[in-house]
Amino acid sequence: MTLTATSLSTAASKTDLQQLAVDVVERALRAGATEAEAVIREGDEFSTVVRLGQVETLKESGARGIGLRVFLGSPGSFRTANTSTSDFSEAGLAHLISGAIDLARVTSEDPFAGLPEREAMGEIAGDLDLFYEDVYGLPTSQRIDYARRAEAAALAADPRLTKSDGGSFDAATGHRIMANSRGFVGEYRRSYCSISAMPIAEAEQGGMQRDYWFSSARTLARLDSPESVGAEAARRTLRRLNGRRVATQQVPIVFAPEVARSLIGNVFEAANGDSIYRSASFWTGQLGQQVASKNVTVIDDGTLPGLFGTAPFDGEGLPTRRTVIVENGVLKNYLLNTYTGRKLNMPSTGNASRALAGTPGIGGGNLFLQNGTISVQQLLADVKTGFYVTEMMGFGVNMVTGDYSRGAAGLWIENGELAFAVEEVTIAGNLKEMLNHVTAIANDLEFRGAVASPTVRIDGMTIAGK
Amino acid sequence: MNFPEHELHFFQKFGLTGRTIEKCLGEALSAGGDFADLYFESITSTSISVDESIVKSASQGVSAGCGIRVCSGDRTGYAYTDDLSAERLMRAARTAALIADGPSKQQVAGFRETAKTNLYPISAADADAGIAPKLELVMRADRAARAYDSRIVQVRAGYNDELRHILVVASDGTFAHDTQPLARLNCYVIARDGSRNSRGGAGGGGRVEINFFEGDKSPEHFAREAARQAILQLNALPAPAGDMEVVLGPGWPGVLLHEAVGHGLEADFNRKKTSAFAGLIGQPVASSKVTVVDNGTMPSRRGSLNVDDEGSPTQETVLIENGILKGYLSDKLSARLMGMADTGNGRRESYQHIPMPRMTNTYMLSGEDSPEDILRSVKRGLYAVNFGGGQVDITSGKFVFSASEAYLIEDGKVTAPVRDATLIGNGPEALKYVSMVGNDLSLDEGIGTCGKDGQSVPVGVGMPTVKLDRMTVGGTAR
Repeated sequence: MTLTATSLSTAASKTDLQQLAVDVVERALRAGATEAEAVIREGDEFSTVVRLGQVETLKESGARGIGLRVFLGSPGSFRTANTSTSDFSEAGLAHLISGAIDLARVTSEDPFAGLPEREAMGEIAGDLDLFYEDVYGLPTSQRIDYARRAEAAALAADPRLTKSDGGSFDAATGHRIMANSRGFVGEYRRSYCSISAMPIAEAEQGGMQRDYWFSSARTLARLDSPESVGAEAARRTLRRLNGRRVATQQVPIVFAPEVARSLIGNVFEAANGDSIYRSASFWTGQLGQQVASKNVTVIDDGTLPGLFGTAPFDGEGLPTRRTVIVENGVLKNYLLNTYTGRKLNMPSTGNASRALAGTPGIGGGNLFLQNGTISVQQLLADVKTGFYVTEMMGFGVNMVTGDYSRGAAGLWIENGELAFAVEEVTIAGNLKEMLNHVTAIANDLEFRGAVASPTVRIDGMTIAGK
Repeated sequence: MNFPEHELHFFQKFGLTGRTIEKCLGEALSAGGDFADLYFESITSTSISVDESIVKSASQGVSAGCGIRVCSGDRTGYAYTDDLSAERLMRAARTAALIADGPSKQQVAGFRETAKTNLYPISAADADAGIAPKLELVMRADRAARAYDSRIVQVRAGYNDELRHILVVASDGTFAHDTQPLARLNCYVIARDGSRNSRGGAGGGGRVEINFFEGDKSPEHFAREAARQAILQLNALPAPAGDMEVVLGPGWPGVLLHEAVGHGLEADFNRKKTSAFAGLIGQPVASSKVTVVDNGTMPSRRGSLNVDDEGSPTQETVLIENGILKGYLSDKLSARLMGMADTGNGRRESYQHIPMPRMTNTYMLSGEDSPEDILRSVKRGLYAVNFGGGQVDITSGKFVFSASEAYLIEDGKVTAPVRDATLIGNGPEALKYVSMVGNDLSLDEGIGTCGKDGQSVPVGVGMPTVKLDRMTVGGTAR
């Protein structure tokens, strides 16, 4: 997970920003708030794209912002509102505070609103391995060179790779500070860097395809080489050439990890406490039920050092933790922040997400489907006829009903082997049933982002084609 | 020219001076760049929502900043700052300047103010309306949705608005400023009947202010529409699967055009020849009944702009005329590199983003068929009238868009509603299957947000009723 870049590091030192957050909270209380919470975000970003060997864009900047949430009245009948600004001047902060108080006066009393309980707050101890200054350690010329090498490796792989959407190198750092009127003060920094390549291949008989590959990490030291990123991007692009449509039919669907992770994203949405209490998820009321095949265990863990969804505390100042969502197919936990927990009469799972603006939502830490026991090769070998999906398109997932229908591209499986490219078809089913028809899970889990999955086979879905 | 410092937002509120602007442009070009621009932006936004019949929260935000761009050939350097002091602006200009590598060669031209239309007048009364009338709008939506049917069990209604001031000054002499309102009212509902749940949603708005919602496009209008969709979906059948005749209703189904052809005709992709439409100007890409335009000059529309985010006037651009591909949508960079006219489609999400060619309001012109005749002509097919989002791979040309309200057509009659289904096609081919075009063009209600390279901008789409002889429908039923 990347932090949205906001903020300039010229600004104040660490303690100064903590002090600023605390000051804003105290000023909000003096202005009439019963409780208050302030968040500050700073970030810097660098990005460059090299296309056909030439620098196409070079971007370097930073920004910052502050957000305030206030509660008026008394616990059990709070009114709440929030404001945000990029203006840290005295006038800007005064407006931030008075604006929040004025807004809160017109909102409704809500028995569930309020900050977390004091004893629930805190942060996990120890080095979470999230911040490395080396992401900015390279001179600009070497950053450009990373992007250039990734693209060059992709284009050199095959003469059919004739065009390019470029190679890129990105680096970013984010700094988050939070304080509230129940005594929580915390902050952390995270760094991020990535290399990617997006080549374009042309088939002899016409038709272009593109694909991409990337490597990202919290430190330069853990990035894959630009050459390996480029070579993988080339391999993925070439295999899409000469795609065909297949006939409308039902066959086993094998989701490659890069698309299977979107299914785990759907599991997150289904377990999202905000949707649960509104009956906007098909898992409302299903706690303790068998909701997936017995081989399915899905976990959210915000504590894993160095990973992309890791943080010491959540968006409300609760320590992050490990929460089992589905264990051996049984729905064990919803993902909750303080508000949705109170609505459902359960404790928060430390899954509050907090943008500068707006009320806290639900966010995942590192969300993943646990590995199976067989290799990808074994998984594929068991499929006589099937569809290995490497890309999906569109937003055709209805979390209320579970109806699922998306555009798909990938490779056709014949007798356990990848045979030819398939494109311009859809795959459809219902998520409730799909999760109960997970017939195989491979052992290739790898965290390339905050949401991850091994290769997954699901039976009973419909391909729509010619 | 002398900058009208006494009357402009950024000079008054941020202490910007004409002298600072000129110095920054000079600094931006100091390393040999051949074009530079400064984009100042200041936004105030408000949002309020009702949820479970109470106003759970309200938000207000303020942000301001400046993005500085330097071009050298086809290279772009970019830096931004959220601090509009002369010192920080100069530092950003120096950072952006480094894309070029050579002696300063460019003189900053004399500035000319871009001639302005006034597509979305601002009334002082509305701008200062305060939060109370906005709260009333969302409460009315909540009441109307619940009153529609007792099976409506959850309602969320939200009102969001923003007022954006921009000022663009460029080394080519561009000087433009604009004040852009944007407002939107949404209503989302959940219906329940026994163990069956369904959802519905509707919303609308545009470059309008709160008084817009006092007319036809009232909170009740959007709330009833959301409730109607949810109740309808309670009894929907599985959608069909495979190739069939498809009739798209008027308005928002124009998202087909946005995905199938619009993105593929953005000039940057064609300059780089990475679009499936590259090199097809003058070629047939649709049936002769199809004419598609992009038009940024429609009063009050969500996708409209008096000037684009490079300070160029917007216009109506013909993309496809009687089936023949006519033109691309361009920004300054692509126009310069491709030797074509700038169509005023240079847009960006915010001062933190580099502008690129984007759509405004994209729609198909009316034809001569009546919607009734179109439906009557279909033996077995799908009639899709509402959609969620869409997506396109501009290189392969494959695109999808997802129907959220659709019906079977059997022997010329619209019959049962079906569940959500994604439709898929190939951009340069799909519109060749258009066999009938209705006489009922309408534009969407004002809900579209388009994403490209991580940047979101508001857009509009539109279409008359259209029949496609073949399209792939991604349902589950045979």
